[in-house]
Amino acid sequence: MSFDRREVHLEIPVAPEMEIAATALVSALGEWMQMERDKIEEVKFALVEACINAFEHSGTPDRKVAIDFLLDPSGEIDGRAALQVGVSDGGHGFNPANVPQPEMMTKLKAPRKRGWGIKIIESLMDDVRIESSPQGTRIIMRKYR
Amino acid sequence: MSETLKVNVERPGGNVAVLKTDGYINNSGGELIAKEAYTLLGEGTNRLLLDLEKTKIVNSIGISILIEILEKVLDQGGRLAFCHLTPTIDKTFKIMGLAQYARIYESPAPALSWLRGESE
Repeated sequence: MSFDRREVHLEIPVAPEMEIAATALVSALGEWMQMERDKIEEVKFALVEACINAFEHSGTPDRKVAIDFLLDPSGEIDGRAALQVGVSDGGHGFNPANVPQPEMMTKLKAPRKRGWGIKIIESLMDDVRIESSPQGTRIIMRKYR
Repeated sequence: MSETLKVNVERPGGNVAVLKTDGYINNSGGELIAKEAYTLLGEGTNRLLLDLEKTKIVNSIGISILIEILEKVLDQGGRLAFCHLTPTIDKTFKIMGLAQYARIYESPAPALSWLRGESE
């Protein structure tokens, strides 16, 4: 049986532009997997959103966010070659069902224009799961090659 | 590793201005664009083109600030357009519904024509 999965782990501090540092790995891993350039860019955008959500909302006590990349170029997991990115924090968690769906018409007149992160992630990635508890949150995002 | 945004403002005439960005549009980048845009709006220049040719990545905080700019432009009866978006920025703006309230063009010429009211 062939086994062609690769894992990369990264930990970044909650600090300005650390999310951009993490996207450099997406470029390298996506190119290694021969993923199309536009798809790599979409993974980078989704990763940025997942990181800044963790930075801003998690309340992670150690001020760190863990990122793990799983390369599955031969579709070991579900039969389709994919790059999977997980972003984890040790914060207080949240209920994803309580996050309102943002609408531009409403946001244009609202005093608070933010709250787009999860919508962007779900739109740019092929599969997204959010696991959250009072011990932390993990968002798992997959992009098929 | 700094992605600090730079904004260059050009005034091609009339009440139209072009804001050319270079770098990451995050919270600080968005605030810098807003500062320039609000100065222009204060002078009566309410037709703005955001040329993102040298911006390859944005985040939702930065885009939220762009929505604030859009709100103020529309409140003043103005127009806002974008050009030179990467495919992912273009897709993100459309996901958010920005394209319903601001125009997106591939290049500056048709955007300027629309901002001047020469085309619809």
